[in-house]
Amino acid sequence: MLAKTILIRLLSTAVTLFGVAVVVFTLIRVAPGNPISMMLPPGATQEDIANLNALYGFDKSLPEQFVIWLGGVLHGDFGTSITLRRPVSELVLGRLPATLELSVMALTIAVALGGFVAVIGARKRGTATEVGLDLTSGAVLSIPDFLWGLVFVLLFGVLWPILSISGRIDPRIDFDFTTNFYLIEGVLRGRFDVVGSTLSHMLMPAMSLALPLAAMIAQLLKQNLKEVLVQDYTTLARVRGFSETSVILREALRNAALPTIALIGVQFTFLIGGTVIVERLFAYEGLGNMAIDAVINRDLPLVQGIVLLFAALFTVINLLVDLSYTFLNPRLRNG
Amino acid sequence: MTAKTQLTRRGFIGTSAALTALIATGAPVLAQSTDSLTIAYNIPVQSWDPTTGPAAVNPALQSVYLAVFDRYVNQAPDLSFGPGLLLDWGFNDDKTKITMTVREGVKWHNGDDFTPEDVVWSLTRAANPETGNPMQFVWSKIGNFTVDGNVITADVIDFEPALFKWMAFLTAFILPKNYYEQVGSEGFEKAPIGTGPYMVDAFEQGAYVRLKAFDGYWGDAPDFKSVTIKFVTDAASRVAEIESGNADITSNIPYEEYDRLIAKDGLSGKAVPVTDIGMIFLNDIDVMMDKNVRLAAHHAIDKQLIIDRLLRGYGVPLSTLEAPGYAAYDDSIVVDYDPELSKELLAASGYSTDNPVTFTIQTTRGFKPKDYEMIQAIVGMWRKVGIEAEIEVYEIAKHYELRATDTLAPAAFYNWGNSIGDPSTSTGFSMFGPSPHAVWDTPDLIEKIGPLFVEPDEEKRIADYKAVSRYIAEEGYVIPLLQYVMPVVFNSAIDVETYSSGDLLPQAATKA
Repeated sequence: MLAKTILIRLLSTAVTLFGVAVVVFTLIRVAPGNPISMMLPPGATQEDIANLNALYGFDKSLPEQFVIWLGGVLHGDFGTSITLRRPVSELVLGRLPATLELSVMALTIAVALGGFVAVIGARKRGTATEVGLDLTSGAVLSIPDFLWGLVFVLLFGVLWPILSISGRIDPRIDFDFTTNFYLIEGVLRGRFDVVGSTLSHMLMPAMSLALPLAAMIAQLLKQNLKEVLVQDYTTLARVRGFSETSVILREALRNAALPTIALIGVQFTFLIGGTVIVERLFAYEGLGNMAIDAVINRDLPLVQGIVLLFAALFTVINLLVDLSYTFLNPRLRNG
Repeated sequence: MTAKTQLTRRGFIGTSAALTALIATGAPVLAQSTDSLTIAYNIPVQSWDPTTGPAAVNPALQSVYLAVFDRYVNQAPDLSFGPGLLLDWGFNDDKTKITMTVREGVKWHNGDDFTPEDVVWSLTRAANPETGNPMQFVWSKIGNFTVDGNVITADVIDFEPALFKWMAFLTAFILPKNYYEQVGSEGFEKAPIGTGPYMVDAFEQGAYVRLKAFDGYWGDAPDFKSVTIKFVTDAASRVAEIESGNADITSNIPYEEYDRLIAKDGLSGKAVPVTDIGMIFLNDIDVMMDKNVRLAAHHAIDKQLIIDRLLRGYGVPLSTLEAPGYAAYDDSIVVDYDPELSKELLAASGYSTDNPVTFTIQTTRGFKPKDYEMIQAIVGMWRKVGIEAEIEVYEIAKHYELRATDTLAPAAFYNWGNSIGDPSTSTGFSMFGPSPHAVWDTPDLIEKIGPLFVEPDEEKRIADYKAVSRYIAEEGYVIPLLQYVMPVVFNSAIDVETYSSGDLLPQAATKA
């Protein structure tokens, strides 16, 4: 049953990706601005424009360009970036680890912080503490991630400069990475200077991305916990002598967490989307930062590669969330 | 039986302390080391081949390229030209040949000797359309090179009066023939070498480049042995970098931040006019065919007020597309702010504040400092004399496309850079109809500018360009607004020599 579900989802993912490829390819070509007109120096003639168009393959019709591009994609060749002059696949896969590490770090912070606040809120339900936490969550949620970024830059970059403002690692550190997962590789190879520097660069952007999601998790999970905490089995646990905190952590949390997991899955894709602006603010060399440069420079092959990768990422995440939800929910698992 | 992990208070405090200590090891180490320099730069290096692709014609990237590579001809901070890897150069009397003398004793970063063959190979490669040099149309005007000792002679295929000025401009870098042929374009991207004062030590695409001083450099040794250029595209983050001490130098920040930062202890600044001007293109369509409307639009703009109020005084008002310091700048050409004259001109064409002339003006928003706000102010000034303009905001990419296809609105804001200060690269290409960059295409101007692209008499060429500038001002074919000022903020422990071309060179930073 589960295998059939996965197969169907994988097939629908392939169809989705093809649709995305068609839409992206068409949209970015009909959108205003083309890379050739952006690189024309003073004095260029119409002949020069024609030469450059031919050089980059823009002299062919749109369907012809699409067929050539799709043929390449099916063979793993996503073309060459116009501005960076390197294979698109190499560029986007090179940046993907940075965005993944940042997103997972943000998600971890959001879950930890949101979960902690939810438990405290549920524990102190009906008191001024709960009201205070609700108000704080509402305020945190109303501020967008990039604004949090500016606040953190001011607080921890300028006024109390304990974290690094821009980049992903201190440029003075010599470390020959075999993967681009700086944090993971630093840990595995015991290079704690790399780990420390990576964390110092990652914390502010990760916190910026995490705070709004943490507020959402806190609100939803607390509400679910409150509903579960009036169920008979939690009363029974109290009668058996468990403290209120133990009741929440041992008995209520698992059942209350299911709707939150669905929320996290959906919001994680939004969180990855949010990396575009936040990475730019912190000059963090991930996919989002690269996407902005690619769009500004009308680097069409690179834009296509990045969007396609994002689309693939989103569909895979959604698939995993659905599967985990099925796995965690006994009614769905056996239904 | 299930094992349960209990997080105790002691464990929690211990874990937190360890994590804090770990992050502390990565806490930012402030710049200001005696031999190293950190620059927060506003645009990332996209490619290490400074002669091909879009990066090669991006003026903002030239500073980084100039740290690693050398040009044929050098350009001084005041835009004057001097020996680079060429010691001298020139045309013969009938302009059919050029001669270039190549500097001797120069080394590439890998220790190889720099030779005249490198120069010939670089020029030949630049002229080949298949290599993707966007300035190929310039380099293809010479060919048939011969080398005799350190002297290179070539035939002039098409005479280009500004050829040797182009040799100090975009894509005019000399690359190593043997090394490039050995490693190929991909190898060169991964390990670029030049003859410049710095070698590429480490490069992280989109993040930073770390440079180290080249001991074998033919010129003066730079003051700083190690330079880190961090690519920080967001202006607020660049401000934070310099304010926190994480960077020694930064530039291209908002003027209000510049004023605030240089008032702080430990920071200094320089704000210099650069070869970049703000202007309004007029298109030869609709109401712009009426000379009275064009001139009225120009006379109605109080440029100094815009500079004072919006740019905090950082700017130089202009009446022509030639700025002070350019070869064909003529300070006697002035289009005064005169709103009463604007009203008279409009009245002569039947327009007034009650019956305004209407058109669309296009502008970017945030591409240049206060671009949109400037156009808003101008539209307000126009309204007072009888011009009702509707603002249309577009992306810069759309501007380029519309301009190349000559489909801009009757008025369109833009900025025009001209690092070599030659009139052909400002008035020439921006106002010569057949150029894809020109917007005004009337035959009178084409007839006046066309011959100047091949005028062999330099004095006459410059004088004629001045006459063309005067003619354009009298006819109102374009509205030049101002020359931009580039703010540079730096640690007070160092000094930075600023370049009118807008270059920010690490080798121009010295210990104060």
